[in-house]
Amino acid sequence: MMATAVHGPGVITELEPFAPGHRACSGCGEALAVRLAAKAIGNNAIIVNATGCMEVVASPFPYTSWRIPWIHTLFENAAAVASGAEAGLKALEKKGKRPERNIKVVALAGDGGTSDIGLQALSGALERGHDFVYICLDNEAYMNTGIQRSSATPYGASTTTSPAGKESLGQVTWKKNLPAIAVAHDIPYVATACPSYHRDLMRKVTKAVETPGPAYIHILSVCPTGWRCATDDAIKVGRLAVRTGIFPLYEVTNGQYKMSLSLTKLEPVENYLKTQGRFRHLTEDTIKEIQERVTREYNKLVELAGKPGGETSSE
Amino acid sequence: MAKREGLEVSVAVGDAAMLSDADVVSAYPITPQTHIVEHLAELVANGELKAAYIPVESEHSAMSACIGASAVGARTFTATAAQGLELMHEVLYVASAMRFPMVMTVANRALSAPISIWGDHSDAMAVRDTGWIQIFVENGQEAVDNVICGFRIGEDKRVLLPVMIHLDGFALTHVIEPIELPDKKDVDQFLPPFKYPLPLDPEKPVTMGALGSPFIYTEVKWGQEINLEKAKSVTLEVWQEFDKLFGRKYSPIEQYRTEGAKTLLLTMGSYSETAMVAVDKMRGDGKEVGLLKLRLWRPFPYEELREVVKDADTLIVLDRAISFGGPGGPVCSEIKAALYEEKKRPRIIGFVGGLGGRDISMAGFEEIVNRGIEIARTGSEREFEIYGVRE
Repeated sequence: MMATAVHGPGVITELEPFAPGHRACSGCGEALAVRLAAKAIGNNAIIVNATGCMEVVASPFPYTSWRIPWIHTLFENAAAVASGAEAGLKALEKKGKRPERNIKVVALAGDGGTSDIGLQALSGALERGHDFVYICLDNEAYMNTGIQRSSATPYGASTTTSPAGKESLGQVTWKKNLPAIAVAHDIPYVATACPSYHRDLMRKVTKAVETPGPAYIHILSVCPTGWRCATDDAIKVGRLAVRTGIFPLYEVTNGQYKMSLSLTKLEPVENYLKTQGRFRHLTEDTIKEIQERVTREYNKLVELAGKPGGETSSE
Repeated sequence: MAKREGLEVSVAVGDAAMLSDADVVSAYPITPQTHIVEHLAELVANGELKAAYIPVESEHSAMSACIGASAVGARTFTATAAQGLELMHEVLYVASAMRFPMVMTVANRALSAPISIWGDHSDAMAVRDTGWIQIFVENGQEAVDNVICGFRIGEDKRVLLPVMIHLDGFALTHVIEPIELPDKKDVDQFLPPFKYPLPLDPEKPVTMGALGSPFIYTEVKWGQEINLEKAKSVTLEVWQEFDKLFGRKYSPIEQYRTEGAKTLLLTMGSYSETAMVAVDKMRGDGKEVGLLKLRLWRPFPYEELREVVKDADTLIVLDRAISFGGPGGPVCSEIKAALYEEKKRPRIIGFVGGLGGRDISMAGFEEIVNRGIEIARTGSEREFEIYGVRE
């Protein structure tokens, strides 16, 4: 029987495959995302981690935060290593060389490891239909190396390689839409999540694990260090990202979009932007430009889902 | 009883991987490796090889998937060449440092630019320091035998390293040769099932590929070096046992007509076959010339090399790659270093030749030997010469 403890409004497993004691920065939203995801993944899994924050903070030899089997090799190849592990397990089980235990392979990578350098490997693994889960932990820049921009960095954000200056507003490109790219691979399950909505996140990870074939989950992970917000604000900032429509929560099951929250009215993006130092230089005009884009993109999603929201999810 | 039959070498290499009961094949097509992986895909499709064939989207992913498969305990095979080998470059270091046994055949081919699909050893030399066991073969039979031996060597618990088998693109991969494929039951007897000591397994969780801080990185690398050096004795052991079971001998450096030879020519890969004919001709002409064929490239066979050259006056080394702006041929450079401390050593003359698929004929080898003897006597203004280049 699964050990449980009363936690908030519901019951959440006490299982902690991702142990405390890791070396993430204080207030790290990504470590929280991994902890929650790991609870949902459970013990019968193999984690394939790309190089990045979560690899560095969780595995400084001779310590490890992982109570389940875990492998890290390189930056851009998590999806490919996961492909090999999944195919290897299946082949060995088929040949009777390993008992059939339905072990799930789960790849973890940051936004750079997913949307930039690892995109090809991810596309290949999704296209080939491996039975695995890929989780992108998106903190919107190369935080591990010191806050350099990635293609997942949002428009207007100041980073160390897209600094705001007299001639630049910071990041001049719009965030690459990775979930849409995953959906375009026609895989059975794609979802977005944020640890500010922890039950929603865990439900989606569970669903991804239970889905045969490839599943992709994109988790917005607030990074107080890189976003320049207060270390006790990760949950609040994540919630604002969702409520402003900047990072909508939705899932796509067999191509069918469904909004995860019923948001009758979006909060102004300014409420979100003003919580973070990376946006402090933005002018009213730029904020207006962002607002227009966010509203337009959010409406597109709602249209895809056919209605404004699915079931109301508790936070 | 195994019988000799005419087989395309690539097909025979695929058959060798099948006879070895590979569990996973992960590969990306590149000329001249294609016939190997096409054949394996066919064997899997027909159910003759019970394996997962992962048709990856790049060589970087091919090697990465091999690592994933090996980490869960699967016997893993791949093949590549040239640009493909270069694309997987960083992954090669990981495979060896994390101790994942697997066998990869490299259909040796020149590196771009200009693009050339034809053979030389530039690709092999570029991955010299990746920590893999590396064996050069000179014909199809050697390729087949060493794929099987490669699994046995790499999977040995004293070794646990990946093994690269270099066979010349086209000159070997695309020719039909008489090859004896061993019987499956004999291979099964020779090659026990792969049991990786600590695979990724939820029953017994392990952390693989942790962050190595300065306090441990050096020791990890030292361990890797010791381990690869030790792999030599296991390689010799495996070759001896292979000989006992299958009747074919392999050694790190093979000697051909070296008795009493004052001049030795050293080659690698398929050129050794033509060089043997050239040596026969020169011996017939009364010249004291012999041939050394360097088979085990990593770990480098220092003792064996010193032993086989000790009575020669001149050692001519033919490289099929250039270390630009450096000593010329990387093999020659290593051989010079290996013999530097010897009290009695031959003059070592370096040639580079056969780049990008240019043939060296029997007469060509004779020319190289004659020119080498001349340089040994008169000296040369250059560190090395390129055979047959139009200046």
